[in-house]
Amino acid sequence: MNCPENLKYTKSHEFVETLENGNVRIGITDYAQNELGDLVFVNLPQAGDEVTAGEAFGDMESVKAVADVLSPVTGTVCAINEELLDAPQKINENAYEAWMIEVESPELEDGLMDAAAYAAFCESEK
Amino acid sequence: MKLIFERSMEGHQCSLVPRSDVPAASLPEKQMRRSTLRLPELSETELSRHYTELSKQAYGVNDGFYPLGSCTMKYNPAVNEEAARLKGFAALHPLQPESTVQGAMEVLYRAEQILCQVTAMDEMTFQPAAGAHGEFTGLLLIKAYHEARKDSARRKIIVPDSAHGTNPASAAMCGFTVVNIPSNAQGGVDIDALRAAVGEDTAGLMLTNPNTLGIFDPNILEITKIVHEAGGLCYYDGANLNAIMGNARPGDMGFDVIHLNLHKTFSTPHGGGGPGSGAVGVKKQLAPYLPAPHVMKTEKGFTFERAAQSLGQVKAFYGNFLVVVRALCYMLMLGGDGMQEASENAVLNANYLRMLLAPNCKVATDGLCMHEFVLDLGEIKKETGVSAMDVAKAMLDEGMHAPTMYFPLIVHEALMFEPTETESKQTLDEAAQTVNALLQAAFTDPERLHNAPSRTPIGRPDDVQAARKPVLRYSFENQ
Repeated sequence: MNCPENLKYTKSHEFVETLENGNVRIGITDYAQNELGDLVFVNLPQAGDEVTAGEAFGDMESVKAVADVLSPVTGTVCAINEELLDAPQKINENAYEAWMIEVESPELEDGLMDAAAYAAFCESEK
Repeated sequence: MKLIFERSMEGHQCSLVPRSDVPAASLPEKQMRRSTLRLPELSETELSRHYTELSKQAYGVNDGFYPLGSCTMKYNPAVNEEAARLKGFAALHPLQPESTVQGAMEVLYRAEQILCQVTAMDEMTFQPAAGAHGEFTGLLLIKAYHEARKDSARRKIIVPDSAHGTNPASAAMCGFTVVNIPSNAQGGVDIDALRAAVGEDTAGLMLTNPNTLGIFDPNILEITKIVHEAGGLCYYDGANLNAIMGNARPGDMGFDVIHLNLHKTFSTPHGGGGPGSGAVGVKKQLAPYLPAPHVMKTEKGFTFERAAQSLGQVKAFYGNFLVVVRALCYMLMLGGDGMQEASENAVLNANYLRMLLAPNCKVATDGLCMHEFVLDLGEIKKETGVSAMDVAKAMLDEGMHAPTMYFPLIVHEALMFEPTETESKQTLDEAAQTVNALLQAAFTDPERLHNAPSRTPIGRPDDVQAARKPVLRYSFENQ
C-alpha cells in the first residue's frame, strides 16, 4: 500500500501535505487513482477561490467514472497545479507528486487519518 | 475498413437521390457557395458495399445476446417497424393542418392514455428526445411547480448514490444543487440519511426503482412520504420500468413526475442512434406546466392545445413521433396481460442467469433481483488481476455484447447484466456457460483475458485518447 508517512488522509481518498510555510497541498491518493483508472479530465478551482471542508472543490473523469474531489480543509486556494489540466495522467503516474490545489492558512477537518490508519481503512474497503 | 471518403473516386455517381419535384428557388449571389461540397463520390455498387461492410462491424440485438444492464436491449418486433413505415405516418409534415393528421394525433392521444394507465400518471408529453432530456424536462416541471407556489427557496434535489449518472447531471443543468445520499446495506435508500437530508430547501428526490443494483426498494412508500412531508416532489427515473411494467405503478408508489424510455421498455430501436423518446408523465398538480403542444380530445376531434402555464416547447414539434407509433404498436400487440407477462419474464430471466453465474462470481446483492443484477468481480481481480473490463472484452470475442461495466459506482468491479424477457432459456444457458468459462479462465489463463478481444474488428481502443482527443470528422488531404 503506497501511502507516505508524512501525509494525512481522508475517507474519501484525498491526501493532505502540510508544507513548511503552513500551507497545505491536496490531491488524491494512489489507491484512489488506481480505483478510478486512467484519468482523462480534471477540473480545478481558481486561485483565490474558497474551499470548505467536506465539500467538493473539483472533479475528475476517468475512463470508468466521474468523481468529485472533496476538500479536507477550509481556506483559500493560493495555487493550483495547472499542469494537471493538460496532463491528468500525471495523477496516475505519481498521485502524491500530482497535488491539485494549495490552500493557505487552512483549517483542517477533524478525523484525518495517518498513513497506518488509512492503509487499514483501504484494506477494509476492498 | 475504409471510410466512405477514402472510397471516393472522382466522377463516380449514382442515381439514388430523387429529382426535385418543386421549382428551384434562387438565392442572392452573396449567399451562394463558392466551392462545391466535398461529398464522397461513389457508384451505387460501391455505396452498397460500403454500408454492408459497415453493418458487419456493428453488433445489435439481431446478432446475438446483448445483456447491457440498465439499457433494456430487448428485441424490437418487426411489426413495430411496419407500422412506423406506413405512409400515413412516415410521410407526414409536422405543419400539416390538424384536420389532415387526426390519425397521427390519435396515436399520441392513445399512447398517452395507455402509458398513463401503466404508470398511474394523469398526463404525459412525448416531446423529450430521450431519457436525460426527459429528466431535464421533469425537473423543469418541478421547478415551475415550486415557483408558481412562490416556494422558490427549494433549490435542492436529493439523489441516491446508486442513481444513474444522468440524474445529478440533469439536476445540475436545471440549476439545482445535488445532495447525494448513501445506500443502505441492502442497496436501497438509507431512510435515516434521507430524513436528515430533507428540509425546507428540498425541491425533490430523483429515484430509480428498482435501482441500478436491480433491487426494488421495500421502503418506497415511506421514502416518497418523507419527501412529500418535507414539501418536495418525487421524480421517477423510468430507465428500469421493464422490471415492473404491468405489475406496479410509479404513481401508486407516490411519484409525482416520471420519465419513460420508450426506446427501452416499449421496444423501439436504440443504441447506435435511436432515435429515442423520453416521455414525461405527471400527476394532476404538475399537468398545467407540461410542454406544449399537447394533444387533447374534443367533440370536434383531436386538437393541439397550449396551456397558459406550459413550459413551452422542449423540442421541435411533437418529439420523435414515429417512436411513439412503434411503442403504441408494441403495447396494443401485447395488451395489458402481455405487458405484465413481459416484465415478469424479464425478472425471471435475470434471476435465472444470476443463479447460473453465482457459483463463479460474487453477486453484489443477496436475494432475488428484479430485471437486472450486478456481479462484483472485486475478489477475482484481487486474486487473479483479471478485471471486469477484461471479462467484458473477452465476452466480445465469444460473440456476445458486453454487460454494462463499472456501474453502479458503489460496486468497484461491476458487471451489470440485464438479459430482458426476449431471450430464451437456451440462449441464457449458453451465455451462462460461456461467461462461467471466462470467469474460470481468470484463474487458469489470465493473459488471454488481459489480451481480449482478439477476434473483433477492433481490439481495445485507447479509451484515454478517445476521451481526450477524439477524432470526430474526416481530415481532407488538401486542408
